[in-house]
Amino acid sequence: MILATATPWSGVSSLLLPALGQTAAMVGIVMSIVVALGLPLGLLIFNTSPRGLTPHTTVHASISWIANLGRSLPFLVLMATVIPFTQLVVNTTIGIKAAIIPMSLAGIPFFARLVENAIREIPRTRLDVGIASGASVLQVIRTIQLTEALPGIVAGLSLNVIAMIEYSAIAGAIGAGGLGYLAVNYGYEQFDSHIMISCIVVLVLIVQIVQFGGDRIVRSLTH
Amino acid sequence: MIEVTALTKRYGSLTVLDSVDFAVQAGEIAAVVGPSGAGKSTLARCINLLEKPTSGSILVDGKDLTRLSRRELRSARRAIGTVFQSASLLQRLTAAENVELPMRYLDISHSERVARVRELLDRVGMLHRANHYPSQLSGGQQQRIGLARGLALKPSVLLADEPTSGLDPQTTASILKLLAQLRDELRVAVVLITHEMDVVRNVADSVARLHEGRIIERGSVAEVVRSSDSELARALLPLPPGSAREHQAGVWQLRYERPDVDPAWLTSVGRELDTDISVLAGLIETIDDGGAAGRVTVRVERPLAAAEVRAAFASRGIHATQGGVPAMQGGIPRAGEVEPEEPHRALVRSAA
Repeated sequence: MILATATPWSGVSSLLLPALGQTAAMVGIVMSIVVALGLPLGLLIFNTSPRGLTPHTTVHASISWIANLGRSLPFLVLMATVIPFTQLVVNTTIGIKAAIIPMSLAGIPFFARLVENAIREIPRTRLDVGIASGASVLQVIRTIQLTEALPGIVAGLSLNVIAMIEYSAIAGAIGAGGLGYLAVNYGYEQFDSHIMISCIVVLVLIVQIVQFGGDRIVRSLTH
Repeated sequence: MIEVTALTKRYGSLTVLDSVDFAVQAGEIAAVVGPSGAGKSTLARCINLLEKPTSGSILVDGKDLTRLSRRELRSARRAIGTVFQSASLLQRLTAAENVELPMRYLDISHSERVARVRELLDRVGMLHRANHYPSQLSGGQQQRIGLARGLALKPSVLLADEPTSGLDPQTTASILKLLAQLRDELRVAVVLITHEMDVVRNVADSVARLHEGRIIERGSVAEVVRSSDSELARALLPLPPGSAREHQAGVWQLRYERPDVDPAWLTSVGRELDTDISVLAGLIETIDDGGAAGRVTVRVERPLAAAEVRAAFASRGIHATQGGVPAMQGGIPRAGEVEPEEPHRALVRSAA
């Protein structure tokens, strides 16, 4: 009897809560890295483009190419491909630490593109106002590009967080822990339907909350 | 004042601006008109140095902006305020914050900035909207804020790039009135780039017509509309399409040559020539110098010698030409739709 192996409902939370914590930790660490590196990368991609503050065809083309590279591989393939690099950086290829590297590598170019798109949405005259008023490049970035694109960037952020929750589940395959690991190991491989259902419910809830919260923030930032 | 000399801009082999010259004095509004693609926006972007001209000079208060280094240029820019097309306000800043923005880029103290923002908002009649966001303001109100922002650094030149595009006629009129008021009170030199002929007629002191990157016609607005039948003159004072274009007997084209034409000319000429005169089409307006400008198509009903008719009108300050409206292919261009023309019609006039 398959259902007989299911963890009793009362025992689900003792497995689920630590997994939730691990997912949160992974996504949290990855998102900090993604914002810290993806934001400048997105600014660089936009500002080296013909519409940017310091257009530079070669630089733009090369960064753009690298960013596309990071986004063109399915996450599972990317994760396997960068194993040597992961080993080099965190000195292990399993667990949460190992998952952070491929997740960041996938998340940074994704976020960079979202930032670039958000800035590109700003009409040209608004971007020109800064230059025409005698602002420096950094002043334009700070007071106009980032300020005006903030709602778009926040929207991108919630999109990115959701993508990273999904990737963290895939990273469960290399023993990264978290909800994905729990769902695969208990729910899928051991036919533990209680764990499976709980993981699904929690994941759906988290994604809904992130999206709802993100939309609320975007609305409050938009005038 | 601003003096542009031999300004040329090329993108590769494409010449967008070809040796453009013009000068605008303090307290003058100079309009630059032309169809889209004539180089107007490139000219605007060259004047405020958003684009570097290929050659030529832009003198503002005696300083050549094209010869400055990047750093010097940053501070020299404040001599030129720019009013962009509507919708150039930062959406996430309030009206007051938008006006303050250019001052934040310089080391201007907070208290000084606050005082100046108040003064500017008051000047454009928007003090009561200081804490509103652009999305809460109408197009005209947004453009008033845009004007205040353009004036924030006390520029000697104000570049207005299509400042009324997208505004309804009433709002356009109020913005132009404000622009004229700022010209008179602040003695600022205004370069007004537009494709709307009504705007030029209502507010500009002088007008230059840009065609394929070259200024092919210019002069004071009064002079252009009163003393010539050029393409620009007819675009400034257009007759409605369909008005007696064919050469009917007795059809005359009239143009006011003087600002003080007696409005009763129709009756008095008819009486002098002992004939009825039918008005077929016409546009008579008071232009910025306070005088009248007009263009009227009439039919003189009694057969008369052409010289006699011409003299009767001439004595009243009206230039008369026999025949239909001078042929303009595709009819009379409406405001903003001056059509490309063959080179032989490109009449080059210079300011008197």
